[in-house]
Amino acid sequence: MQADAAALIGAGLAYGLAAIGPGVGIGIVVGNAVQAMVRQPEMAGQVRTTMFLGIAFTEALALFGLLLFFILFGAA
Amino acid sequence: MTVPILAQIVEVPSNVNHLFDWPAVLPFGINRVVLLMFLATLATFLFLYIPVRTPRVVPSKMGVVVETLVNFVRNGIARDIIGPESAKYEWLLIPMFFWLLFLNLFEITPLIHFPVTSRMAIPAFLAGLVWVTFVFVGLKKHGLSYIKNSVIPPGVPKPLLVLVIPIDFLSTFVIRPISLAVRLFANMIAGHIMLAVFFLTTASYFVFEPKIVAFAIPLAFAIVITAFEIFVAVLQAYIFTLLTAVYIESSINVEH
Repeated sequence: MQADAAALIGAGLAYGLAAIGPGVGIGIVVGNAVQAMVRQPEMAGQVRTTMFLGIAFTEALALFGLLLFFILFGAA
Repeated sequence: MTVPILAQIVEVPSNVNHLFDWPAVLPFGINRVVLLMFLATLATFLFLYIPVRTPRVVPSKMGVVVETLVNFVRNGIARDIIGPESAKYEWLLIPMFFWLLFLNLFEITPLIHFPVTSRMAIPAFLAGLVWVTFVFVGLKKHGLSYIKNSVIPPGVPKPLLVLVIPIDFLSTFVIRPISLAVRLFANMIAGHIMLAVFFLTTASYFVFEPKIVAFAIPLAFAIVITAFEIFVAVLQAYIFTLLTAVYIESSINVEH
């Protein structure tokens, strides 16, 4: 019982904490991409592609947290 | 009178797995997921073949759509990322993009409502295919120096190599395929759970508390999230294809 409770608390914490960093990171990525697009609209296409790449790499960390949530949730 | 019948329809899942487990309906363990995968394969084939079957000077309406999308993958993803050699990898990128697009869009297709890519087998298989492709391309182009060049970045001081080589090896050959598969899988699973939560909340309120103020709010959220999931489905197919192109490019030009 105690172990189950610990696993459930850990599951909640795992995803909650994993979402903090990527949340800030994606904000920085998109913010700077918008700034770049406004400064150089002729580069907008290339900036957008790079922005999606950056989002994808950053987002992966939050998704690992989500996966960890399922693993811990299943362990409980 | 009708309320008890509705209460039977609104089945609250006891476990998250309940949303993703389907019983086998045919031999060889073929269940709904596998059938939907076959359907997506058929849809991809028909979508890419039927509208452009007969070459015409002025393409039909569907032909224009198909040509625009294929051109987007060919020029916007393959050629922009990989460069002049991109034509050699279109056999992988173009069908993969459309297959993933159909599999993801099943999430919000009426009467289907199941993202097939939320079962790990399909993203894992595709990520394995991508892994084999980019390692094969690198080995074929550079021989064994491909592995050496991809784990030793230029200009690193000698003592630091003890740290850098394991990290780079892990990030290139282990984390890459895993994160590629997990990104698609987790996005789809999260979207499906979000939709299920809001629609089940709407249905529960509709049955147990049939007032417009009670079920209008989750219903509005559900509709907004459905629109968001269309965006996510297209974006994830795009990102998966884009990252495949990026990995192949990094194998071709390994010595930066």
